[in-house]
Formats: sequence, C-alpha cells, structure tokens
Amino acid sequence: MIKSARLNSVGVFVCHCGINIASTVDIEEVKRQLAGYPGVEFVKDYQYMCSEPGQLLFKEACRSETVGGVVVASCSPRLHETTFRRAAAEAGMNPYRVEIANIREQCSWVHHDEKEKATIKAVDIIKSVIERSKRNESLSSVSIKTVKKVLVVGAGISGMQAALNIANSGIETYLLDREPSIGGRMAQLSETFPTLDCSQCILTPRMVEVGQNKRITLMTYSEVEEVSGYVGNFKVKVRRKAAYVDWDKCTGCGLCSEKCPKKVPSEFDRSLGRRKAIYSQFPQAVPNKTVIDRESCLYFKTGKCRLCVEACPLGAIDFEQEDRIEEIEVGAIVVATGYDLYEKEKIEEYRIGYCEDVIDGLAFERLLSSSGPTQGRVLRPSDGTVPKEVVFIQCVGSRDPDHHLPYCSRICCMYTAKHAMLYKHRVPDGQPYVFYMDIRSGGKNYEEFVQRTIEEERVLYIRGRVARLYRDGKKVVVVGADTISGKKIEIRADMVVLAMAMRPSGGIGELSKKLKIQVDQNGFLSEAHPKLRPVETLTRGVFLAGCAQAPKDITDTVSQAGAAASMVLELLSNEELTHSPTTAWVDEELCAGCGQCVAQCAYGAIELDTRRKKAHVNDILCQGCGACVAACPSAAVNQRNFSISQYYSMIESIV
Amino acid sequence: MEVVSYMPGCTLKTSGRNFEKSAITLFDILGVTMEELDRWVCCGTTYSLSSDNIMNQLAPVRTLLRAKETGRRELLVLCSMCYNTLRRAQSLVLHDKEKRDKINEFMYREKTTFDGDEIRVVHLLNYLKDSVGFERVAKRVVKKPSDLKIALYYGCMLLRPHEVSVDESSEDPTIMEELFSLCGVTPVYFPFKTECCGSYQTVNQRDMVLSRAERIVGSAAKNGADMIVVSCPLCCHNLDSSQQRVADTVRGFRKIPVMYISQLLALLVGADDAGDYRLHSVDPRPVLKEKGLIG
Repeated sequence: MIKSARLNSVGVFVCHCGINIASTVDIEEVKRQLAGYPGVEFVKDYQYMCSEPGQLLFKEACRSETVGGVVVASCSPRLHETTFRRAAAEAGMNPYRVEIANIREQCSWVHHDEKEKATIKAVDIIKSVIERSKRNESLSSVSIKTVKKVLVVGAGISGMQAALNIANSGIETYLLDREPSIGGRMAQLSETFPTLDCSQCILTPRMVEVGQNKRITLMTYSEVEEVSGYVGNFKVKVRRKAAYVDWDKCTGCGLCSEKCPKKVPSEFDRSLGRRKAIYSQFPQAVPNKTVIDRESCLYFKTGKCRLCVEACPLGAIDFEQEDRIEEIEVGAIVVATGYDLYEKEKIEEYRIGYCEDVIDGLAFERLLSSSGPTQGRVLRPSDGTVPKEVVFIQCVGSRDPDHHLPYCSRICCMYTAKHAMLYKHRVPDGQPYVFYMDIRSGGKNYEEFVQRTIEEERVLYIRGRVARLYRDGKKVVVVGADTISGKKIEIRADMVVLAMAMRPSGGIGELSKKLKIQVDQNGFLSEAHPKLRPVETLTRGVFLAGCAQAPKDITDTVSQAGAAASMVLELLSNEELTHSPTTAWVDEELCAGCGQCVAQCAYGAIELDTRRKKAHVNDILCQGCGACVAACPSAAVNQRNFSISQYYSMIESIV
Repeated sequence: MEVVSYMPGCTLKTSGRNFEKSAITLFDILGVTMEELDRWVCCGTTYSLSSDNIMNQLAPVRTLLRAKETGRRELLVLCSMCYNTLRRAQSLVLHDKEKRDKINEFMYREKTTFDGDEIRVVHLLNYLKDSVGFERVAKRVVKKPSDLKIALYYGCMLLRPHEVSVDESSEDPTIMEELFSLCGVTPVYFPFKTECCGSYQTVNQRDMVLSRAERIVGSAAKNGADMIVVSCPLCCHNLDSSQQRVADTVRGFRKIPVMYISQLLALLVGADDAGDYRLHSVDPRPVLKEKGLIG
C-alpha cells in the first residue's frame, strides 16, 4: 500500500533514444532543471529506456516505492506506453500511474536545428506531464463477459469465408443475406482470372460446406432491422422476409416455378434471361428454396391464379405469410455486404447508343456462364446472333472525379482482359477491342494474363476513351480516340460491354447507421486504420470484409475475410473482454441532457437517457478520445486520468 | 399581356430574320409581347476565352446594362450564339469581382453599373418551358401533322459549357424532344444532335464543314427525318446552305429542309407562313405542304 502522502510524488525517466533525442535535447540540462521541481523525487536517464537494461532500471525504481507515479520522457505513447505500463504492473505499481512525455516526435525530431529551444520545450513538456501524473488516480481495467456467437452480414464469398473460418473454430455463426440464396456476386461469374477456374465450380463446394456446417445458421432472405448493445453483447433484430413459401416444407423441387405463368426479367441474369414470379435464384442455390416475388405474382395482383398452390405436392405455398422479426445475441459482427455496379444510365454521353446490345460487365459474365441464359454461348441479346465485333470499354464511371466516381474500381482491367479472352475462345473469328486508360494488373500472375490476352489472343487494345456510342441499324457505333496514334476511331460494333465502376451495394448507408460505423466519401465502409487495422471499424466488435470496404478481387476478398475472422476469434478467445479504464464519465449533477456529446462520439459510446435527460458513457465502447469532453457545454463530461483540472494544471505549468 | 425584354442580335436582323419574325408571331399567339431592347449591340459572336481580354466582354455587358435599364429581370435570347455569349459574360461579371470592377470602371459614362445578378439571360427554350409552360404551348397547337418526323439539332452553343446548358444534360439533352412531342410532332432518333456543325470553319475550311453537314444531315435523313429543327443561325447556315454542294458530289444524298424552332412552332400554333422562304437553301415548302402545315 502506497502512503497517500507519496501519491503526489513523481519519478522521471529521460530516454536518450540513442542520438534521436540526445543529439538535440541537452539531457543533462533537462535533468538539472527538473531536479528541484515540486513533487519530483528523482530524475534518471538512460540510453534506451525501452531496452531490457532500461526496463530493469525502470522496474527497480518503481519497486522502491518512494513515488506515487512515474513519467517516461521518450517517444510517442503510441509506441511504448504499453511497454512501460506493463513493466510498472510487474513491479507492483498501478499501470495507470505511468505517463509518457513525448519529447521525440513532438520535440527533438522537429527542432533538430534549434537545440537550445528544443531543450526548453522538452522541459516544458515533461513538467506538464508531471503535473498530470500528480493528479492521476489508480485505475483498474474494465471487463465484461462476451456472447460467443457471431453475425456475418452478407453471404457472398467474403461473408461465407469469414463464417466458415469462425464456425470451424467452434463458434456459432449466423450468416445473413437479403437474397434467398447465399453465394453473392461470385455465383453470377463465369470464370475467374487469372486461372480461368470456373467460378461456380470453385464456389458451390464452399456453398455446400456452409449449408452443411452445423455451427452456421443461415438467415437468407433477411435484413438487419435494428442493432443495439455493444462489443461482446450485441442484440440484433433480423427481419426474416416473407417468402410466401414455408421453407420447412419446401424441397426446392421447382414444380411451382414450372407451373407459374408469370415471367419477369431475372435479376440474377442481369435481365438477359427471365425468371418466374415464384422462383429459386439459381439451380445450385443454398438453401434450395423458392420465394414468391409479390410485385409480380398474379395472385397478389388480381387475387386469381394459385397455380403454384396446385403444383406444390407438399402444400408449402403460404400467401398469408408475413415478415418475422427474430432477435439474436452476438459478440461480434462482420459486415460483408459487397458491391453493385454504377448505373450505366448515368453515363450521358453513351446513353443515346444504349440498346439491348450494350451491356455491363456482370451481364457479360452471365452470357459467358454455362448456367446463364445462353448456356455460355456469346449471343447478342437483341437478336441472338453471334457478335463478330465486340468493344469492351474500361473505366466507365471510374476515375472520373468531375462527373462520376473518383476511384479506380480495381478489378475491371483484369476482368475485361478475361472477357476479351473468353470471347475469343467462344468466337474464334470474332474481333474484340478494348478501350483502356492504362492497364492496372498488379497481382500474382495478373500482368502475365493481360499480356497473354494481348499477344496470344490478339485482342486489340486501344489506349483512349470512348466519347460516344450511337446506334446505326443493327450496329452500335463506338466513337473514341486512339491516343497513341492520335487518331479518332470509329468501330461499328455488334456488341459493347461496359466495365462499369464498382460501388458499395445499396442500403449500406442505412446499415452503417444501424451499426454505428463510418462510411467514407464514396460510401464504402471505413476501416479503423488504412494500414494497420484494415478489417476493424472504429466501433469495437464490428469488422469488415470484401468489397463493402473497397473494390477488390476474389483473392483479396477471401484474404480479408480470413483476417476479419481471425480478429473476431481473437476478440472472443477470452471469457471476458478487458478495456482501458481511461474512459469518459458523466457528472449527472452537471449534465443537462443536451446530447452534444452523443453527436460527437465516433464510437457510438454515449447514450442519452431521454426520460432522465442524462448522458451515459458505455465504458466498453469508449475509446478515450475526449471529443465529448471538449463538446460538453457544462463541463459535465470528464475523462479518467485526463480530467479538465489535469488539463489546466498542465497548461499552468508551461505558461 | 406578358412582356419580355428581348435581344435579337445581328443575324436575326439579316439572314436569320425568319427566326425573329416567327418568334414574334409565336409569342403573339401565346399572349407574350417581345419588347426589343433599345441600343443593343453585337454580342461579340464568340465568348472570349483569353482571361485577360476584358475588352471583348464589354459588348455583351453593355447589352445586359440596357436590359437592366428596362427594370425587368429577364432577357430573352433566341440565337444560340448570343445566348451563350451573354450568359457567360453575365456569369463572369457575377463571379469575378476584379473583372467586374474593371469593366464597370471602363464604362464610367454609363448611368449605372452591372453587377451580374440583375439580369437572367434566358433562351427561348427555357422561356417556353419555365415561364410559358410547354403544356400551354401544346394547348395552342391547331395543326397536327401526324406523320411529320423531325430531327432536333442542338449543336454546341446551347449546351456548352455545362453551366450555361439549356438542358440538365449537355451530353444527351431532351428539352426540344419534350416540347415537340407535347405538340404532337415525332422526333426521330438522331444521335448527331449535339455534333458540332463546324461553326466558323465554314469561312476557311469549307470542305470540313461540308463533310460535317454530310454526316449530320445524312444521319437525320437515314433516320427518316422530314426536316431538321435548329436554334442557331450559324448551324442553320452550315447545315442548310451546304446541302446542295454535298448533293452534287455525294450520290444518293437526300436534301432536308432546315428550320428554326420558332418557325415550326409558329406554324403549329396557326401562323399562315414561316417567313421568307427565299432565305432557305433547301426549300421547306414541299414538306410543309405535304404535311398540311401551309396551304
């Protein structure tokens, strides 16, 4: 037990950091000036405080019990705060009585040509931290029990991968998707670059694995309705949309679809094919169940028909079904909601040329796919003839900050090369052209794939943009520029394929609000740190995977999903979650319930009790950033060991 | 009777007088009086793109000052070129304080200054859409030439730069299609509607302009148009007067009359004629007679 009289005393360690600090800051002068400072018991220095001998010196001094707290004047607390706090704990001192004074990044590194001033500044920095340290309290970390279950939102390849990794590690996982089947975009693709593996052939075994995994509960045809709680203890309300088919009875035999008289364009086939009003998404769907599209169903429109009811041998059709809300509890959430394509109607200069034979890249995937509307034959949607001249246009809507989207969609160079190559395989006497800005083929075996497309498949690559498309009889005239020859080019094409920009899938904005996670200026979900925390969000317990975060290919998506899964496992590997206690707290006597702190909190950690008109900070979610402290007009919010009075004492010590 | 201030520009007093005359007739029937500005001057015909050439901005700004003196907030313009020049000069004065001051200092003899926000420069199409209303125009239509097919040609000056465009889209505008469809006339598919006519190159690169005309008129003809409708006297000149020369050299080239927006609209709402037909290189009368628009 430390005697209270000593709590105000402080020991100071000054680190030389080799020459990083010592060559600019005069260490001896610093020691001399601090020696008589009120409350300072001792000042020690060492070459490298973070080294093992430095740590030993540090622990030895902590153990001597003559001080209430210690200040380490060294590099940024981001680097070694944890190191010294751990060392203090080992030496029997409360770790939250260790403070770092940053005299490297904020002093020696930026003032190396003004040594005298740098020394004065270093002393000031250390003095201010001494003042703060004197007023520190002993804190102990917060802990909370976790629910060992996980929700994965989005069941494309990234969601499936994350769910499999988590479930195979022994954790119950809910896998949710708004579509009736899992599989996502990858189920629509024909073959994958750069190996030309059939997409469905490599995907469907995974789908089956997911479907049969006992620890994965599928929640397809469902949407996230409401999310409450916090890391380790989320409560999620899930809307199970009415399929108007009792899935417990349905075996996916398809007799109902056969009999259904109503045909509508198939979303899965990008409107190139048709589906019935009662349908299953695609033959390999998991779960293999049918749904009724209420908008198109004749019975819902006219009250007559019911042919599916007659056709179903199991009596599974249920027109009375309604949406159900199901509530689940999970400890962590992975968001893997994927992408959509930018709408081609937004490209005004091409619009006058639009017809059935101008399609986007995903539609071309469906034409190439052996399970697609043409069984893999490349045929013009307008008249079913084989197109002999096909123009592929890259970067449509991408990399155009003035009119469309500023970013590179990353996969288009590769899939366009693949499209051109596969077209050439299917139509050997056809001529593919590719208009490109430049080729971005970074990735294992990617550049080689593009080179093969150009050199061996004789695909004509034209560097330049297409200015206009227009229809001329059965042809689509492509007017563009070849910037290498400097000539204007016109190609009378039979078909045009637009590599439309990728954008986050619809509804991501609302979902991000429900989860209290951030989106960037382009609508993609924001990661906590672009380099070092790429799969975490700023909201603890919510992780990202796949194209919801940024455009990426299947390889990167699967890698990221694995990383998200491992972060989830790390989080849930402990019975209890611990959390730094340097969080904000609300003095209810002063709080007027204005809610300004709630609006400032990037982590969704503050809730307003509207009945009592008091704000409340959730210790687990609070990251100790201090934004709420600054925002509170009545100084009702304070941060532990970073209180407003500590701030004032720090300021007073240096001015 | 509504009154709107109006700036004709030089061409509408000479080779383009059918444009002005038919517009006055049209507005008369619609119940709007076009009141020509006193002492308007030539717009300068092209907006100066050199940033330090403020002298070229004086002509359009002086005309805008005349408009300000009328006390009305709008200035109606028919000619695409005048519209483009006046609109951009007005925008320059509004957004560039330094140039605004310089221009106003230079015009110290004027009774008042021009600050840019006193006058809205409105093209005929936007006036018909926003002030009169296309529905109101359509209600006045008395002749319904059921099978008349027209190619609506915008050219450049109505659309570029995008800030002055008469339509939300400068790449794929549809404001004329909207107007004429409501009036019962069918626009044809016309992908060359925003293609450049060659503009002033008609003076020194006649052959280039001829080849432009061949493509533009050729596309209209191929898509079944009986007539091309324009809003710019220079487009009109380039597309109309080139056709005989093209027809002499290109076999199978079908000539199509070119008319101003207001000429066709005036006929639709009941005008007896569309002006002086001698000003047309390709005589529109056979088509107009065939479709029952003139007697």
